[in-house]
Amino acid sequence: MSEPSGNGGALVIVDGVEKVFHRGSEDIEVLKDLHLKVPAGEFLALMGPSGSGKSTLLNLIGGLDRPTRGTVSIAGERVDELSDRRLAAWRARHIGFVFQLYNLLPVLTAERNVELPLLLTHLSKAERRQHVAAALEMVGLSQRAHHYPRQLSGGEQQRVGIARGIVTDPTLLLCDEPTGDLDRKAGDEVLNLLQALNREHGKTIIMVTHDPHASARASRTVYLNKGQLTNEQMA
Amino acid sequence: MAGPANWISQIAAVTKFGLLSMPQRRGSVSAAAFGIAGVVAVLVGVLSIAAGFRNAMSASGSPDAALVLRSGADSEMVSGLGRPSTRIIADAPGVARTAAGPLASAELFVIISLPKISTGSDVNVPLRGVERAALLVRDKMKIVDGRMFDWGKNEVIVGLGAAREFSGLRVGDRIKVGRYDWPVVGVFTAGGGAAESEIWSDAAVLQAAYNRGDSFQSVYVRLKSPDSFNAFKDALTTDPRLSAEVMRQTDYFADQSTAVTKLITTLGYLIASLMAVGAVFGALNTMYSSVSARTREIATLRALGFGSGAVVVSVMLESVVLALLGGAIGAVLSYVVFNGFHTATMNWQSFSQITFSLAVTPQLLVQGVVWATLIGAIGGLFPAIRAARQPIAAALREL
Amino acid sequence: MKFAYLIWSNLRRKKTRTVLTLLSIVVAFILFGFLSAIKQALTGGVVLEGANRLIVRHKVSIIQLLPQSYQQRMQRIAGVAAATHQTWFGGIYQDPKNFFMQTPVVPEEFLDMHPEFVVPADQRKAWLETRTGAIVGRKTAERFNWKIGDKVPIKSTIWSQKDGSFLWTFDVVGFYDGRDKNTDTTALFFRYDYFDEARRPGWGKGQVGWYTIRVTDPSRAAEVAKLVDAEFENSSAETKTEPEGAFVQSWANQIGDIALITASILGAVFFTILLVTGNTISQSVRERTGELGVLKAIGFTNAQVLGLVLAESCLLALLGGIVGLGLAWFLTSRGDPTGGLLPLFFFPVHDVLIGVGLSLVLGLVTGLFPALQAMRLRVAEALRRI
Repeated sequence: MSEPSGNGGALVIVDGVEKVFHRGSEDIEVLKDLHLKVPAGEFLALMGPSGSGKSTLLNLIGGLDRPTRGTVSIAGERVDELSDRRLAAWRARHIGFVFQLYNLLPVLTAERNVELPLLLTHLSKAERRQHVAAALEMVGLSQRAHHYPRQLSGGEQQRVGIARGIVTDPTLLLCDEPTGDLDRKAGDEVLNLLQALNREHGKTIIMVTHDPHASARASRTVYLNKGQLTNEQMA
Repeated sequence: MAGPANWISQIAAVTKFGLLSMPQRRGSVSAAAFGIAGVVAVLVGVLSIAAGFRNAMSASGSPDAALVLRSGADSEMVSGLGRPSTRIIADAPGVARTAAGPLASAELFVIISLPKISTGSDVNVPLRGVERAALLVRDKMKIVDGRMFDWGKNEVIVGLGAAREFSGLRVGDRIKVGRYDWPVVGVFTAGGGAAESEIWSDAAVLQAAYNRGDSFQSVYVRLKSPDSFNAFKDALTTDPRLSAEVMRQTDYFADQSTAVTKLITTLGYLIASLMAVGAVFGALNTMYSSVSARTREIATLRALGFGSGAVVVSVMLESVVLALLGGAIGAVLSYVVFNGFHTATMNWQSFSQITFSLAVTPQLLVQGVVWATLIGAIGGLFPAIRAARQPIAAALREL
Repeated sequence: MKFAYLIWSNLRRKKTRTVLTLLSIVVAFILFGFLSAIKQALTGGVVLEGANRLIVRHKVSIIQLLPQSYQQRMQRIAGVAAATHQTWFGGIYQDPKNFFMQTPVVPEEFLDMHPEFVVPADQRKAWLETRTGAIVGRKTAERFNWKIGDKVPIKSTIWSQKDGSFLWTFDVVGFYDGRDKNTDTTALFFRYDYFDEARRPGWGKGQVGWYTIRVTDPSRAAEVAKLVDAEFENSSAETKTEPEGAFVQSWANQIGDIALITASILGAVFFTILLVTGNTISQSVRERTGELGVLKAIGFTNAQVLGLVLAESCLLALLGGIVGLGLAWFLTSRGDPTGGLLPLFFFPVHDVLIGVGLSLVLGLVTGLFPALQAMRLRVAEALRRI
């Protein structure tokens, strides 16, 4: 569980953020003057048409990119000001990612894939093994630990991805279209898992999606259109 | 499916797609091509040393020239013939004659130490004493700088190769022969033969300097015609006053070059073979990656009806084209770098230096092309088979 | 070391490609081994002992003889511990292709001068007792299957006996082995007293080919050499004295600049291997852009990603290098591939170590550029590329 920050309990504060991409001679403004607060323990869904900038926003929150203007604070830390090296260490400690295409390393078993973020910590081999086992247990894939991604179904691969995302007990779990590539049944399993992580374990989750079924599971949904937040809807 | 014309157009199409996609795979394509270029360059380069050496040796003799040594001697240096013997040889049947006398030169062969320019250390340079007829016996002889030495004087002329490779052999320099310094008065060429590695002087004067009395080491003769050789040889070998070994000059020089040529050739093939094996692996790598990059494309073609045979042939063709490209680069490179390069090495049998130029001959270039083609064919074979055998449906699905 | 598994797994990715690249590296290092052995054969004939020995030859030409009387004069020069002589015999055993050196020597002096030739005491004694006796180097003895007691006929191309015959027969009384790996054990040595007495008069009698001198103080070798040459200046046969190492080196130099040639060939070989390997590594990094992006997203630093790629290329190169060097060692120990034209043939340990170092350098050089590319990947872009 993460501690409430001093700023009205908001874990994530995005303030006046702009993001401009340079494509050759063109300047594309993807995000415009964005303000967003995410309290700890929330399951937030980010929705919007493609090109609206929701993945970009997720990347900024996750420290994968820096805003052109504005600030991003997570648990009181100014993420937009960290150097690349500090950012890497910060991500290792605070963020768990879940990608649309799972992004598992095909040369590693499920177990080894989940272990990856732990290699960046100072835990001993035995301790790493423990955490991996616990994470796989939580996603219900303990018996598939020694299988390679090519031997797993899409849904199973995504669950391994989630296990990898939570194995370091991060402050924030960021999911980019987690059910985008799955059929209804597998997608539901994944969403159940995310909901359980949020409700039973208090994990703060920000999920980008364009599927209303997915956003329905969140506690709050915000909409992005052409780089700006529009109306909010409470679940 | 229609006959050969259709098949050929299939092959042409698949090969064209393959070749067109090469710019995308620039990295691995150039790696394979340069690997093969390297093999060809090294093979041709090393063998051009042997070829050049052999050329220098074979340019040294003409078929109507003969050489006589003491029986049992395998080189001039260890041979010994007294004046009486040389007279008998000069008067033997088959020897060409002019108004001045028989075209026979009784000669002396010794070696002196001189520094080699490239390494700075001393090497053994041949010093030959000749008689007047020598200039006619060795018909390709020509003075290109300075003048011929005066008979009876302590003077020398040097071969062009010797002047190039060993220090202190320019016109006007002096070399130490025995106890005195002798001036270099001229430079000569001899049609590229071994004589160009030598220093020449009057045999009589050299005999005095080396306390040889009136003995020589060899006799070079010019025969009336190449066919006169047998008569010449029989007369000398049956003569009880002599114990001589008679051979054509061409055979003598060919014999002298065998040890060195064998060494260089063996080592050259050894090195090039190993490199070729490495290049095959490189080519295999390239072709495997080429095939896998185009899995879906090839599968699509096959689904459309292109035969797997056509696929195999075209992949191999692509590989061979690539290899030939590399081979051409290697051949051009080796020609530019190696052909005509002047150097000198030791002839083990006479313990003395032979100067020569590396020769990148047409045969060597052909060999290089053949090797390149083989490497390309092997490098393309296995990937080709794999490409043709892939299950179409699975390949179409591959991302 | 916890990353070892990750590095190893990445190499096991496209297995065919990794194996092929590995094999090219192996081949390159086998070549390295052979070229080292060839270079060693042509230039490495200097034994440890040579540091305190000088060779004295006729100044004008190696083929001219020196008086045997010089020996006493040499031994009186300050700094000279001992002197002994040899003469080129130029003999052929059955076929000119069976080339090996034979020289007449003064047995006791010669063996004292050359402690690298090891002869059992009883064979040494037999040699002193047999005028026509000869000791043969192990390599040549094995080549022709000679046993003690064999009579070996050798035809000299230079020296004839009193009766005019060029055929000499020697009794094999012993074999010598080399104390060092470098020692040439191909020569045959027979007795000078027999040689001088039997050789045809007026034909170089009382004259010898060259002298070997041992100096009392190796650091003064150059000085002593000058003293020796000064002693015989202006006499009928002037001398040139030089350290044995220089003498041997100059023979190799007569063949050509061997070091340059082997270095050039090796350069060409390694350059092409570099291209092949570098290309493979680049390809594999490019294919993994997405995965590397994931690692960075998880929190791997730039340095760590750089390190991973470099570790892979170095592991590949080292593996190939060690296997190649090992194979080269095995193959070169089978002996001379030219069938007798080279006196020695082995892969020196010192060059093996250089080979290992080279493979590491290969790994670093081929991995550097792709590693830097991987390091500079913008994570968001990399993830988009999947």
